[in-house]
Amino acid sequence: MDDTKRYERLLTRFKNGEISRRTFLTVLGAAGATAGIMGGPMGMLVNSAKAATPEQVRFDGWGGVVSEAFEKYAFAPYTQKTGIKVVSGTFGGADEYLARVKSSQPGEFNLAHLSGVFDYARYHNMELSSELNEDNIPNLKTVIPNLITPLRKISNGKLSAVPYDYGTTGIAYNRKHISDDEAKAKGAKLMVDDAYKGKIGGWAEWKTRIWYGALQSDQNPNDIQDIEAVWDMIRKHRDLALKYWTSGAELMSLLAEEEIYVTEGWSGRIRALQDQGHDIGYYDPKGGLGWQECIFVLKGSPMAACEELLNFMLEPDVAIAVAEGQSYPPALDPKKVELGKVIPTLPAFDPSGTLDGLSFFDPAYWNKNEADWSKKFSRVQRGY
Amino acid sequence: MAADIASAQKRAPWILLSPSLTTIGLLLVIPMMFIVVYSFWLRTATGADQVGFYLDNWQEVLSDVFYRDILFQTLKIALYTTIICAFVGYIPAYFVANTKMRSKTLLLLMLMLPFWISYIIRTMSWINILGTSGALNGLLLWAGIIDSPLNMLYNQTTVVLGLVHYLLPFMILNVYVSLEGIDKNLTEAAESLGCNGFQAFREVTLPLSFPGLAAGSLLCFVLAAGTYITPLILGGPRDAMFANLVYEAIITQLNWPLGSALSLVLLAFLGGLVVIYTRYLGVDQIAKSFR
Repeated sequence: MDDTKRYERLLTRFKNGEISRRTFLTVLGAAGATAGIMGGPMGMLVNSAKAATPEQVRFDGWGGVVSEAFEKYAFAPYTQKTGIKVVSGTFGGADEYLARVKSSQPGEFNLAHLSGVFDYARYHNMELSSELNEDNIPNLKTVIPNLITPLRKISNGKLSAVPYDYGTTGIAYNRKHISDDEAKAKGAKLMVDDAYKGKIGGWAEWKTRIWYGALQSDQNPNDIQDIEAVWDMIRKHRDLALKYWTSGAELMSLLAEEEIYVTEGWSGRIRALQDQGHDIGYYDPKGGLGWQECIFVLKGSPMAACEELLNFMLEPDVAIAVAEGQSYPPALDPKKVELGKVIPTLPAFDPSGTLDGLSFFDPAYWNKNEADWSKKFSRVQRGY
Repeated sequence: MAADIASAQKRAPWILLSPSLTTIGLLLVIPMMFIVVYSFWLRTATGADQVGFYLDNWQEVLSDVFYRDILFQTLKIALYTTIICAFVGYIPAYFVANTKMRSKTLLLLMLMLPFWISYIIRTMSWINILGTSGALNGLLLWAGIIDSPLNMLYNQTTVVLGLVHYLLPFMILNVYVSLEGIDKNLTEAAESLGCNGFQAFREVTLPLSFPGLAAGSLLCFVLAAGTYITPLILGGPRDAMFANLVYEAIITQLNWPLGSALSLVLLAFLGGLVVIYTRYLGVDQIAKSFR
């Protein structure tokens, strides 16, 4: 084993919390003095060691009410407890964040609030995933098993993230103009109803547009047989739509200002609108889109500090407070943890803890088609 | 000895230029070369880049009617914006240049004020003005002119409006600088020779202010053609500009090689325009407005 490899193993042990910082630096210093060098790889490792017990870790999320909930209920108490500051950044989508990560150095970005199994697989396939030491996250035992299993399958039994919450992308509609009965009767086809031309919205994300295009053309989104029929539905929706929204804040603004009467929407954001007094209905149609969100730890991050933060965030008190703040049910298993009074009232909440009633993106199927479909959607969106 | 002096004199301009050349090289030329190199790579199915020399991206960008149409749409929107900016911007520039008010500096400062507010915030302000429950609809409803709110947002017109709002100060400043440099005696001479006010403006002031108008137009056109925020905020599903395609290729599709090729195409078009402008009018006019 060469020296570099030996030092890297030493660093890994340190990052995993197996040895203390003092021991690590002492061993490294002694080795450096023996070798008569203090620059080059030794210097880099010392710097890396500093990062492993950092003064701060970086967390990137969706912004808005979600970030506010994290800041208030998770990061501030964590900093108070550990002295490690959580620097919080935001992104508009996992694609945008991936582009940033791709152009960064390992360790620059640490934790991210990623959507669904699809993004987990994508980041993992791009070799951006870390390997969590689950012994350092005892609260992982309280998480719904059905949320963990799909992640393990992707990363060969290991985990690079902990599931944190789940929700649905259902149909949101203004009750002044659309009744609950009409929404239930028409389901996903409400968004391609000519009667609401110019008052329809939609998320400008190719996956969601294709998912709903599949539902509108009576197909299984995870096994589309006639993709042309899906594109036709997307075209129809495009021609009827006033605006494709690009963020949760924009979704809320469009509905609240009555620019649009119907769109698909994120369950938590719609609940936030309802809590603000807006008469917005929400309905998960048959085959409606469910998703889970996880806190993903990127390769090169200070693992011990990140694992400590993950465990802290999964503490029932913290996870429930965040869930109530962001209006998405936590990933905690209701059979194992008492979730209080508010959580069971949140949209998409599953008291059984099995999530059997929800449909999720099949990561293998969607990742396989990602390059072609995302490109094609860009054209269809523009009138082609 | 004479040869040494001649050699030193030959080197002197390069030594003096070296800080500028280094800066331009490091911050402009080298990054640009990276983009050129990237445009010949390929994106693999996993999203990783395949290094090599492939012409696929260029073939796609240059032969696909989709990119051509969006490019023409972009140039069309940029042209409309520039024309409106020229007409609307000339009037305040003329007023500021010819005002006898003592607070001319204050007027110029007011022209600069919009730059103190984020471009995104300025663009989003139109949602509060033109939205269904915005100020204009509120006023029209209150005045009884309409019975229900009008849909005024999220179309190509609002994109042009947002761009005019953003770019108007650039036009006004350029025209103002040009008008300010015109010798007032010339218009007085024209009037003393029988021209009325409008004729003096048409025959003397307007032609002499043309370089400023052209410089402002060039700036407005180039900046308008390169924007992607305005159509994102104020446009409908179809209202994309070329820069939106670059954004989507790089951010959404993670296809940096294709995004590089697209950005170079846009650069070539806009660069070509600057070259034509420089050939006939010179770039020094643009620099004047920033002095």
